[in-house]
Amino acid sequence: MSFELFIQYVFAGLTYGIIYAIVAIGFNIIYNTTGIINFAQGEFVMLGGMIAISLQKMMPLPLAIALAVAITMVVGALIEIVFIRWLDRPSVLRLIIITIGISILSREVALHIWGESVRALPYFVGNEISAISILGARVSPQVLWVMGVCTVMVILLSLFFRYTLTGQKMQACSANRKAAILCGINARNMVTLSFMLSAGIGALAGCVMSPITYTSYDGGPDLAIKGFTVAIMGGLGNSMAAVTAGLMLGLIEAFSISLMPMAYKDAIAIAILLLILFIRPHGLFGRKDAAGLKEF
Amino acid sequence: MKKLRNVFMATLLAGTFILPATALAETIKVGAILAVTGGASFLGGPEARTLEMLAAELNAQGGVNGNKIELVIKDSGASPEKAISFAKQLIEEEQVFAIIGPSTSGETMKIKGIAEEGKTILLSCAAAEVIVNPVAKYVFKTPQKDSDAVKKIFGAMKDLGFTKIAVLSGNTGFGNAGKGQLETIAPEFGIEILASEVYDKKETDLSAVVAKLMANKEIQAVVNWSIVPAQGILAKNMRQAGWNVPLFQSHGYGNIEYAKASGAASEGIIFPAGRLLAPELLDDANPQKALLVKYKADYEAKYKEPVSTFGGHAQDAFKILCKAIQEVGADREKVRDAIENMTGYAGTGGVFNFSAADHNGLDIDAFAMWMVKDGKFVPYKK
Repeated sequence: MSFELFIQYVFAGLTYGIIYAIVAIGFNIIYNTTGIINFAQGEFVMLGGMIAISLQKMMPLPLAIALAVAITMVVGALIEIVFIRWLDRPSVLRLIIITIGISILSREVALHIWGESVRALPYFVGNEISAISILGARVSPQVLWVMGVCTVMVILLSLFFRYTLTGQKMQACSANRKAAILCGINARNMVTLSFMLSAGIGALAGCVMSPITYTSYDGGPDLAIKGFTVAIMGGLGNSMAAVTAGLMLGLIEAFSISLMPMAYKDAIAIAILLLILFIRPHGLFGRKDAAGLKEF
Repeated sequence: MKKLRNVFMATLLAGTFILPATALAETIKVGAILAVTGGASFLGGPEARTLEMLAAELNAQGGVNGNKIELVIKDSGASPEKAISFAKQLIEEEQVFAIIGPSTSGETMKIKGIAEEGKTILLSCAAAEVIVNPVAKYVFKTPQKDSDAVKKIFGAMKDLGFTKIAVLSGNTGFGNAGKGQLETIAPEFGIEILASEVYDKKETDLSAVVAKLMANKEIQAVVNWSIVPAQGILAKNMRQAGWNVPLFQSHGYGNIEYAKASGAASEGIIFPAGRLLAPELLDDANPQKALLVKYKADYEAKYKEPVSTFGGHAQDAFKILCKAIQEVGADREKVRDAIENMTGYAGTGGVFNFSAADHNGLDIDAFAMWMVKDGKFVPYKK
């Protein structure tokens, strides 16, 4: 394998990887505050992309994206308020089934609004054929946008959880919900906030990746499966580990293509998911004893 | 009193004469199994809309021989399992006269046997040649043959002097059938397939596989065989990587949305398709012209979206069925024979000449070669 080819694979892998990581972080934020996996996470990504594509016809691109993210956050909050907030101590299984229902519902709604055709946002810089040469490999500027935006998002999120009061409150709820409530933290609001936050980052990722991957009403579940694999790989609830795991999975997928027919790419991701579930259910970076304390 | 009874008898008598007349004008149920949603919705969507438009138009004019057509459209979501259960439902419960669809080759192959067993006419809108080869008594298809598409592409390649190519295909019934045809027919044209890659139908990025193929400097051209958005993604990834060999697509590319979705990267893509894409450029003497112009204008006015060749396949299926019913009446066996013996029918896909050995009825001339230029489909010139 030549050096240029190697770099080309690395960039392809990092592009998928960072997208998987963002979806996994979305899973983790909600998991941390509620203990459930929100299977509608992929739909947030789809909604963000779709709304931005519609708005972009009426206003400049940056504004359309900002508005799309805001609208998706409101949708996230509404979903939580309508379907989850009023439940009195629901079981984990029930919540998971609710989120699967929400995922199907959002897809059907999207199908009615946007139809079945595949859409895309325009490239932020340049067009479909422009490319930048990096170490001999040719990379679309949009790939750099995806990587840049996602990296900034990850950094801002970790700062938010560490240094802001709201972020610390959310962490408190995930560490010990009862104790947090006793300290006067409104845990229910924190759950709503977590849905908004993961809807927002999903939507932003959906916007930046739309020119490369296109957006279609049924793109959510595939992303959710990859994101879920990554979240499990990193250890549920651990956002930084999700980034590492996401990049790992992306690179594994990209390099698998050089050895095997491309059709096996998804089989590799699923095989990894199964292996981890069998061998290290607490994830590559998670601790077994910590995972044991969680409900699931 | 007697008078009243006479009047009563007279109306009864009159009634017995009127009744058979109304019984004659019963509705004919036509089933359709189309992928209106899901991965192949860009096929099933236009197909379903076309059928609805045509049925409404026909019924407004009084139907076929005074019989209204009642459409029963089932959305299979491109799932072969659903297609199977809908086929059984349509044949056994709804007892439809005939079935139009399915949209995809994979689904059609799964229900070929069911239609055959149920002695129900099946007019598939899917492309793969295996649907009608070997011939099944009740199964027909309206899209052009994939072997003819392959020959048309290889012909153009030979013209340009290409002999070493790479093949990419989606993992769908259509992709697999096309890949098979490409591999079988290549030696006839002295073309060598250096690399062949299959990708998932939901693939969103092909840059890694492009990098892999690009490393082989001997490849002179690429053929992609799929009916999914990946055909646009491939074009983008190739041009971004600076790989400027010509890209040929299958006849599944006949929707301008694909070209638009990949913008500048789709420039120069060459593909075979029917003549529906630009009917206004045809000779007035062409038997297809009037029909193509009307369908394109009607469809675009009604649904505010560009016409695609896929909706045309449904139009052909519907019109062929109606024409046969009109000729021999609503008798299933007779209609089947009438379709099998139909010749010289100009549809959107070409001029159909069915026979007992050919349930597709189209030859290689049904295809024209097209290319993308300035975001539009134009006839291909070397």
